[in-house]
Amino acid sequence: MAAPLSVEVEFGGGAELLFDGVKKHQVTLPGQEEPWDIRSLLVWIKKNLLKERPELFIQGDSVSCHSHPATHHRLSHRRPGILVLVNDADWELLGELDYQLQDQDSVLFISTLHGG
Amino acid sequence: MLRCRKPTPPGLLEWCSPSEQDLQGPQGLPLTLGDVCLWLHAHLPLSDTEPAEPRTRDQKCVKCKEGLPVVVIRAGDAFCRDCFKALYVHKFRAMLGKNRLIFPGEKVLLAWSGGPSSSSMVWQVLEGLSRDSAKRLRFVPGVIYVDEGAACSQSPEDRAKSLAEVKLVLQTTGFPWHIVALEEEPVGTEGAYKAAVDSFLQQQHALGADGVERQSQHCTQDPHSPTGPPTTAQTQALSRLFDSVKTLTAKEELLQTLRTHLILHVARNHGYSKVMTGDSCTRLAIKLMTSLALGRGAFLAWDTGFSDERHGDVVVVRPMREHTLKEVAFYNHLFAVPSVCTPALDTKAPEKASIHRLMEAFILRLQAQFPSTVSTVYRTSEKLVKAPRDGCVAGPHCLLCMCTLDVDTAGPSSPCAVLGPGTRECSWGFVAPEVPSAPLCLQIAPRLLGLRPHISPRCSPLSRRPGWLLGPAAVLEWAGPPAAAGGESLSRPVMPPTPLWSAPWGCTVWVRPGVLTEGRARRSVQHALQGGPPGPGHGAAVLQLPSEHEGLALLGALATLHPV
Repeated sequence: MAAPLSVEVEFGGGAELLFDGVKKHQVTLPGQEEPWDIRSLLVWIKKNLLKERPELFIQGDSVSCHSHPATHHRLSHRRPGILVLVNDADWELLGELDYQLQDQDSVLFISTLHGG
Repeated sequence: MLRCRKPTPPGLLEWCSPSEQDLQGPQGLPLTLGDVCLWLHAHLPLSDTEPAEPRTRDQKCVKCKEGLPVVVIRAGDAFCRDCFKALYVHKFRAMLGKNRLIFPGEKVLLAWSGGPSSSSMVWQVLEGLSRDSAKRLRFVPGVIYVDEGAACSQSPEDRAKSLAEVKLVLQTTGFPWHIVALEEEPVGTEGAYKAAVDSFLQQQHALGADGVERQSQHCTQDPHSPTGPPTTAQTQALSRLFDSVKTLTAKEELLQTLRTHLILHVARNHGYSKVMTGDSCTRLAIKLMTSLALGRGAFLAWDTGFSDERHGDVVVVRPMREHTLKEVAFYNHLFAVPSVCTPALDTKAPEKASIHRLMEAFILRLQAQFPSTVSTVYRTSEKLVKAPRDGCVAGPHCLLCMCTLDVDTAGPSSPCAVLGPGTRECSWGFVAPEVPSAPLCLQIAPRLLGLRPHISPRCSPLSRRPGWLLGPAAVLEWAGPPAAAGGESLSRPVMPPTPLWSAPWGCTVWVRPGVLTEGRARRSVQHALQGGPPGPGHGAAVLQLPSEHEGLALLGALATLHPV
């Protein structure tokens, strides 16, 4: 049984356009049986924060990363081009979708596709 | 046609709706999209080879071996913050130093769009010029921002808000800056524009190796254009122009063309000899594939190479060519590089809305499975050579993209955009009266107008070698539904076009569709030039299009002009 987590979710690089232009969201994730990881956080964001065009943020059950070949699951439905940083570190170093969130973590989603 | 002799790469056909699958490039192009896809499929490492072990936080930075890694670049190299910054800056400097195109004291215009790559580039220049950096850069920069709000249908309030943010950022850089709106795509007389170019060329001779840094100039407007923000009439004209273009693909290409012309015009006016754009590795890879799909395979070397000298006196340089979008985004975040996010033409557009979006999705998804995709495409683009095709003498240039025309004028059945006197038809389905015209790159005009070129098999081959003459021309029909009349001479009565705005030398004038009398065509285009009648150095062409499209008039002094 995981305790409720307080997490700061931030969007940048144009991704905030999908969230009403609000860049920083301080969210409290409710307690649940399984520990919170990035995968479940994404599902939560899609359900609660995402205001429009969900397919521009998430496809399948994940956003995609740029350079690391995923070792599992269907890749033909990912939304590429959105970087994920957890506490200012690349999520690839932390296990990507399986990283378990701690209290007071800061998760940042940067869209690289907007502008140039 | 996309011919695939092997099984197609996974997911390739998925991205192509049926109308995209029968993309046909004009004859004689060296590369087709199918060829490139086959090549990629053959050269990319297969996914059943063992992927690099995912780096974990426990491992150290691969470079300094002691820092805590923060970012993963390429296939599994983790770098700590300082090593990443050193690598990033080194890439930028090495790109400039390797090519040795920028000389000390030279005036360089930085094209800043507000987006991450160009902001990063401006920041690198700022840091490189500061006195405490080792081997500081020694050129004289200025920054230009092009306000494209009218093309993207932004409201005036949003535009003003973005402009205020932009000005704030520009002032912190300390460079001389220019803000120009896309509507100001060169206004003013043709004579003034030409005079500006001439004076610049004279100035170049006199300038020598003057290394004085001028930090105090702050120009907000092009002195040759009317002062103040663009008028409502201009904004509406631009909006009408973009609304008349049917496809998003064509709109994006048009926007890029107009933006490039505008930046070059400002550069010429203020004496800049180089323009730096912030195209990153990922963007250039996408651009390469998009250009192939659009039939611009012959000009890839200019469109995606490091330097682009098509425009003569002003050279476009791309120093961010080796930085991937991921590195740029990380750097901007870690080191707080200011950028302004403005909506673009394709913001929130679905994936198959345009060829650009399709290619972007294709490349990025391929990159997720094969992490060397972008770098492979980039290395390919490095090998492209800018030599003309064999047997092709340096011919006339397209007025819009300044590339040598990629059509053969010699063969009897090859498509030719040059409409000479006495030529009733060419294989593109034009019916041209006996008036001269200016050559036009075949790929540009149809794309800009959202039309596909129509090759009519019924057209008889060109009866004589077409030349190109001085003066205006009129084309009475564009091949499209209904089918162009083949063979008859058409001499319909016409009305003169109304110019929306006039552009001087080398730029584009857009006019309403109208019907032109042969006699009045010359006078009306002269009127549009506002600088006097076209002289021996000028050619002009007016294309008459079906009523749902805007007419297009091109004026320009051509690189070479031969009488028939």
